Amino acid sequence: MSTLGMNNPIYRRRSRVNKAMLALSFLAVVFGLFWLFWIIATLLYKGGAQFTFTLFTQVTPPPGSPGGLINAIVGSGLMAGVGTLIGTPVGIMAGTYLAEYGRRGWLAPATRFINDVLLSAPSIVVGLFIYTVYVAQAKHFSGWAGAIVLSVLVVPVVVRTTDDMLKLVPNSLREACAALGCPEWKMITLVCYRAARSGIVTGVLLAIARIVGETAPLVFTALNSQFMTWNMNAPMANLPMTIYQYAMSPYDDWQHLAWAGALLITLVVLVVNIVARALFSRPNV
Amino acid sequence: MKKPKHAFADMLFRNATRFFAFAVFCLLLAILISLAFGSTTTLHKYGLSFLWTNDWDPVNSQFGALVPIFGTLATSIVALVIAVPVSFGIAMFLTELSPAWLRRPLGIAIEMLAAIPSIIYGMWGLFIFAPLFQHYVEPYLIHALSPIPGIGFMFKGPAFGIGVFTAGGILAVMIIPFITAVMRDVFELVPSLLKESAYGLGGTTWEVMCKVVLPYTRIGVIGGIMLGLGRALGETMAVTFVIGNAFRLGSLFQPGNSIASALANQFAEASDATHRSALIELGLILFLITTIVLALSKLLLLRLAKSEGARS
Repeated sequence: MSTLGMNNPIYRRRSRVNKAMLALSFLAVVFGLFWLFWIIATLLYKGGAQFTFTLFTQVTPPPGSPGGLINAIVGSGLMAGVGTLIGTPVGIMAGTYLAEYGRRGWLAPATRFINDVLLSAPSIVVGLFIYTVYVAQAKHFSGWAGAIVLSVLVVPVVVRTTDDMLKLVPNSLREACAALGCPEWKMITLVCYRAARSGIVTGVLLAIARIVGETAPLVFTALNSQFMTWNMNAPMANLPMTIYQYAMSPYDDWQHLAWAGALLITLVVLVVNIVARALFSRPNV
Repeated sequence: MKKPKHAFADMLFRNATRFFAFAVFCLLLAILISLAFGSTTTLHKYGLSFLWTNDWDPVNSQFGALVPIFGTLATSIVALVIAVPVSFGIAMFLTELSPAWLRRPLGIAIEMLAAIPSIIYGMWGLFIFAPLFQHYVEPYLIHALSPIPGIGFMFKGPAFGIGVFTAGGILAVMIIPFITAVMRDVFELVPSLLKESAYGLGGTTWEVMCKVVLPYTRIGVIGGIMLGLGRALGETMAVTFVIGNAFRLGSLFQPGNSIASALANQFAEASDATHRSALIELGLILFLITTIVLALSKLLLLRLAKSEGARS
């Protein structure tokens, strides 16, 4: 019996390997969380001290004088807002086609595939795309170009979630509609959308969280500006570009503002993400 | 038979959705065409030799893409080498070991790593991570790795803190959540019956993972790794902050450049047409590489889903 007991060397080695691997897997989790907490702690420490009221009342200053980020906050909000307003309907319509009409034909599977590629495509290339088709033709950087780039980044996220969420709507709902003589478009807009609402809203929120921090595509489109402006036909101040420019500058007070902006953006992104998740985990009402 | 009254509205709605789906379908092609169009100058001037010319001189209008291509590939490979085992560990913990109540918060925390904007990683990497790495880690890595014959030359030189390796390390943290998410999803596809049989035969958790779960989900795991690679290749701001923006080939611990960081650094200042065209061509190369990698990843994951459907 001793060969099968706890003292069997083969058994002991397997058990040791197992324990070592489980410990490593636990360490991997610690490794992942470590960076998350380190980054957030750094932001709170460096940015928190600069988090004052003037941040939200004054425009970005020249080096050496006090100031805030209000023009960048307004610009970011404006471009992200317009981008979402353009991108969301496009994404929802395309996603509706994939889920509701796409059972036959080549377009739906092909579009789904391409959409998944676009979902992870580098945002900087999308920026370059809008630069060549819009900025280079208009011959100037502008807030509109920034909003368009962001809308192109919103679309794949919304398409994906709309498609997934509509597919979760039970067919019995559709059949009940059809049995009542309801036209197809009413069935989709009044029943399917309503059943999938929380999922679709989650998708839109995730898309907003994604574009708020996007920097790279704005290099080619909105650029940046030192002034408070609501004119979307001119270069427009925005938080990510301001952070980039100020962080890379040699001036201490600019770097401080950059940390404050970084904390602000991260808080917004994390809060939107968590709200989106909380919304989705709630059962549909 | 009379057509129902709402047929027109139905047709309108269906075609409107189809139009937008078609627009999304065309987007990929539109990006390719516009970038090719924007880079005609250098496409004509250099042809394919652009890919392997090691010469980037905006002053004399000489351009070659070797350094940024090398930087993009090198940072991504460093990132994968670090991120793949860590992601596997996290996915294993979340599917097999974690108590049920911890799974959701832990999963969300790991996903938050993907939510933090790229520029935050860059800033944190430049001001916090790079100096610490330079003083406490890099000297030991150089000491340990540079004597290795064959590959040692890649790890030579003084410790700068910023450089290709640092960029790869930060990329690793950024792609961990993507690879972990795919691995988790595919690990959960494994039928409990298979796992229970393996446990019933006396297998340890680790043996079940690497002899049952991993072979069963191999295609999906590779798909997840490719997804992470696709993400790493195109990551811009995080890399731009820490890679050093130097057009130089050399050790991984020296400043270098990647395609995305060259674009972010130089585009706003590029005034002459050839320089712009060269940068747009870099973007085209990046888009082609990432599209191929992501398409492969998607195909692998679809294959797993299909065989899964056939089995059940």
